[in-house]
Amino acid sequence: MAYATETPKENFRLSMLIYDTRFRSMTIQIVVLILFGLALSWLVNNTIDNLAAKGKTFNYNFLWVRAGYDIEQTLIPYTNDSSHGRALFVGLANTLLVAFVGCILATIVGVLVGVLRLSKNWLVARIMTVYVEIFRNIPVLLWILFIYVPLTEIGPEPKDFKVTQPMIDALAIEAQGGTLPPDAVTTPAASKVLFDTVAITKRGMFMPKPLLERPLGSFSIGDFTISFSVLAALAVVAASIWVNAQLRRKARVVQETTGVRPTTWWKSLLILFAPLVLLLIAMGFHLEVPAFPVTEAGVSQGFNFQGGFTISASLLALTVALALYTGAFIAEIVRAGIMAISKGQSEASFALGLRPGRTMSLVVLPQALRVIIPPLISQYLNLTKNTSLGIAVSYLDLRGTLGGITLNQTGRELECMLLMMLIYLTISLIISVGMNIYNQSVQLKAR
Amino acid sequence: MTQTFIRTEMLPPEAPPARDSGAIKWLRENLFSGPLNTILTLLGLFIVYWGLSGLLPWIFGGVWNAGSLGECREIIAARTGGDGTEAACWAMVRERWHQYLFGFYPSDLYWRPTLAFGLLFVALAPVLFSQFPRKMFLLTLAYPAVAYLLLWGGSVWVPVMLILLVGAVFFIATRIGGGWGVTTFVVLLLLCFGNPLGNILWFLFRLVDALPFVAVPVAFEQSVLGFLAKIFPLFSHVHPWIHSILPWGLTPVNSDKFGGFLLAIVIGVTAISFSLPLGIILALGRQSDMFIVKSLSVGFIEFIRGVPLITLLFTASLLLQYFLPPGTNFDLILRVIILVTFFAAAYLAEVIRGGLAALPRGQYEAADALGLNYWQAQRLIIMPQALKISIPGIVSTFIGLFKDTTLVSFVGLLDPLRGVTMAVRADINWKGIYWEPYVFVGAIFFILCFSMSRYSMYLERKLKTDHR
Repeated sequence: MAYATETPKENFRLSMLIYDTRFRSMTIQIVVLILFGLALSWLVNNTIDNLAAKGKTFNYNFLWVRAGYDIEQTLIPYTNDSSHGRALFVGLANTLLVAFVGCILATIVGVLVGVLRLSKNWLVARIMTVYVEIFRNIPVLLWILFIYVPLTEIGPEPKDFKVTQPMIDALAIEAQGGTLPPDAVTTPAASKVLFDTVAITKRGMFMPKPLLERPLGSFSIGDFTISFSVLAALAVVAASIWVNAQLRRKARVVQETTGVRPTTWWKSLLILFAPLVLLLIAMGFHLEVPAFPVTEAGVSQGFNFQGGFTISASLLALTVALALYTGAFIAEIVRAGIMAISKGQSEASFALGLRPGRTMSLVVLPQALRVIIPPLISQYLNLTKNTSLGIAVSYLDLRGTLGGITLNQTGRELECMLLMMLIYLTISLIISVGMNIYNQSVQLKAR
Repeated sequence: MTQTFIRTEMLPPEAPPARDSGAIKWLRENLFSGPLNTILTLLGLFIVYWGLSGLLPWIFGGVWNAGSLGECREIIAARTGGDGTEAACWAMVRERWHQYLFGFYPSDLYWRPTLAFGLLFVALAPVLFSQFPRKMFLLTLAYPAVAYLLLWGGSVWVPVMLILLVGAVFFIATRIGGGWGVTTFVVLLLLCFGNPLGNILWFLFRLVDALPFVAVPVAFEQSVLGFLAKIFPLFSHVHPWIHSILPWGLTPVNSDKFGGFLLAIVIGVTAISFSLPLGIILALGRQSDMFIVKSLSVGFIEFIRGVPLITLLFTASLLLQYFLPPGTNFDLILRVIILVTFFAAAYLAEVIRGGLAALPRGQYEAADALGLNYWQAQRLIIMPQALKISIPGIVSTFIGLFKDTTLVSFVGLLDPLRGVTMAVRADINWKGIYWEPYVFVGAIFFILCFSMSRYSMYLERKLKTDHR
C-alpha cells in the first residue's frame, strides 16, 4: 500500500488570516489593539487640545498649596492652613472611618437579621422579612436623608441643654415652698441620655472622651504621635489573650486524659479583663463628659459643650444609614448561605450528640461561610463606594475634600477626578484582594 | 356457649385535643414553643404595636386639603390638641405630585410622557411574557424612536426616518445574509448615520500632514471634507428636507425640564436596555481565550466596578468636555445615560459571567460537536441557558440601577428623591416639611422595585427546567 509520504504543503494566503482558525484570533486581537490604541490616542489628543484651549496645564502642584477651608470631622491633625494634600488624607481617613465602622455594623445587623429570618418563630421571621424588603427596595440616599434631616432639623440646639438663672431661681422658690408663676421653667428643654453623658443635638452627638490622668508619655515619628499608654494597653491585652490560650490548652489536655473538662470560664474572664482594668486604674482612666462650664450658682456659661468629642450628624446619619441598608443585603446573603447547607449536615451533627449551639458553630457556619464570603466581599465594596454619598449630608470624605472643595477652589477637574478615581480603585482592589485571600483560606481543601 | 361481643357500628372519631389542633397548635408551635421564643414573640408584638400605633394614625390621619404646611399643622392641632405634627401633611403631595412625576415638564403636555410610559408596557409585553405574538417585537424595536419623539418632541420625521432607514438596511442585509450581510448592515448604517468616508479621509489627511515635506492644501482638504459632509450622514440631511415640505411635529421640550420619576425612568430604562447587550459582549470578552480582548474587558469591568457611581456621574458632568473634541457639547441627560450604561454594563457583565461559568463544560463541547461556529453556539445553546441562570442577578442589577438614578441630583438633574424635594422645600409654603416627601417617594420606589423583584421570582420559577 502506498502512503502519501508528505502532506501537501500549504502556501500562506491572505484570506487565511480570516478563515483559518489558527490565525483568526491573532488577526482579531491585532485589529482590537489597533482600534483601542486609536481610541485612546483620540481621547488623549482631545484632552491635550481642550487643556490648551482653556489655557490649563496638567500637574499636581496644587496639592502642596494652602487649602484654606475647615473640616468639621478630622481624624488626623488639620487646620485650614494645611495643604490640599493634607486635606486629601483627612478626607481619605474619613472615608475609611465610615467604611470600617459601617462594615462592622452592617455585618452585625446582617448576621442577626439573617439568622432571625430563619427563626422558627413566625412573628420574628416576618418582622425581619419586612425589614429586609423595605431596606433593599428603597434607595440608600433616602435612608441617609431620612436619618440626617430629622437629626439636624428636629433635634435640640446645644443651648437647650443650658441651665439658666431663671431656672435656678424657680427651683429656689419651689424649695422654699413658694408658688411658681405658670410659665416658669425649672429644667432645661433637653437633657443628655445614657446616664447623663451623651448629648444628641442638631450639631451632632457630644460623647464622653476617655482620658488618662497619668499617661505614660509619647513619642513622635514625623507627623504621627504614638502614645506609650496605648502601646502598654495593647501589650497587656495581647499578653492576656496569650495566657488565656495557654489556660484553654491545658484544659483541653486535662479533658483528653480524664474526660472531664475543668471549669475555666471565671479564670478566663479574670485573665482577660483584670490586668487591663488594673492598668487603666493605675493610669487614672476617666471619661470627660461634655458639659457647659458652670458658675458657682449652677448657671451654664458659653454657647456650646466643652470637653468630650463630637460625632457630627452627617457622620452619624451616613454610617447608620449605610449599615442598615447594607445590613439588609448581608442578611439575605447569610440566610442563603445557611439554607445552602443541606439538612443532613445538622441532622448528622445532632446524631453525634452536639447541642444546637455547637451544631451551628462547628458544623453549619464553617460550611456556610464558604457560600457567604464571596458575596459579602462585594457588599463591603459596595458600602465603601457608597460612602461617597456623604455628599448628600456634606460629610467631608475623599469626595468632599479632593473631589469637592479642592476641585472647586483650584479648578483642576481633570487632576482631582483622576486622582480620586485612582484612590477609590486602590481601596476597592485592596479590599477585594484581602478578602479573597481570606476566602481562599476557608475554601474547601481538595483532597 | 360463649358469647362474643362484636361491635357492629363504628364510633365517630373524637376531635383532637384543643391544644393539639387548629389555631392553638399553630400558636404553640410557631410563637410560644419555649421560653426564649415566647420572649421573642412578646418583644415582636411590642415592636409591631409600637411601630403601627405611631405610623398608622400619622399616615391615615393625614390632611389632604390645605394650602401650606402651617395650615396643615393648624388643622391637625385643632383635631388632636397637639402641636400639629401628629399626622402627615399629604396636602403637599396633592399640590406637588405632578412635579414628583414630571419635574418641570410643561403641564399641558403631560399626556406625552404618560403615553410613552403606557407604550413602554406594550413594547415590553412580548419581551416579558411569552404569550404575546412574536410580531409584536416589531413594536418593541420601534419603541425607542417613538418614545424619543414623545418625550423630547420635535419633527415627526426624525423617528419615522430612523425606523424606515434602519428597517430598510436590515431588510437588505437579511436578503444578502451571512458574513457579507453583517458587513453590508454595518456599512449601510455607517453611511446613514455617520460620515465614515469623511472620517477616514480626515484621518488620512492628518497622517499625511504629519509627514515631513508633504502638506495637503487646506482648501483641498476642506472642499473634499465639506463635500462629503453635504452628502453624509444621509439621515441628518433627509429628515430636515422632508420636514421642510411636511412640517409635522410636536412641541420640542428641553432636557432641563425633565425631572421626577420621569427622569428616573428615562435614565433607568434607557441605561438598562443598552447595558444588557454591552454587558453580554463584555462577559464574552472576559471569557475569551484572546489575551488582548480579555485584558481589555477585565480592565474596563474592574475599573467601572472599582469606583463609585458618583465619580462617574461627575465624569459625565465635568470631564467629558475634556475627552471629546473641542466644541462638542451635548445634553447632560444623554451624557449621564452613557456613563450609567457603562456602569450597569460592567455589573451585568459579572452577573452574566457567573451564568456562563455555571454552565457545564459539556454544553460547549456539545455545541462544538454539532459543528456550530462560535456565534451560532452562543446564540442557540450557551446564551439562552446562561441568561436564564443569571436572571435573578440581572434583575437585581436593574433594581440597583433604578435606585441609583437618584444620584443624578448631584450633577444638577432633578431626581424625584432629592432634586424635587429640595425644590418643594424651597417653597415658603412647604418650608420645614421633612417626613412626607421622603415617605411618598420611598413608597413609590418600594412599589416599583418590589414588583420588579417579584417578577424576577416568577420568571425564575417559570423557566426552571432542571429537577435538582
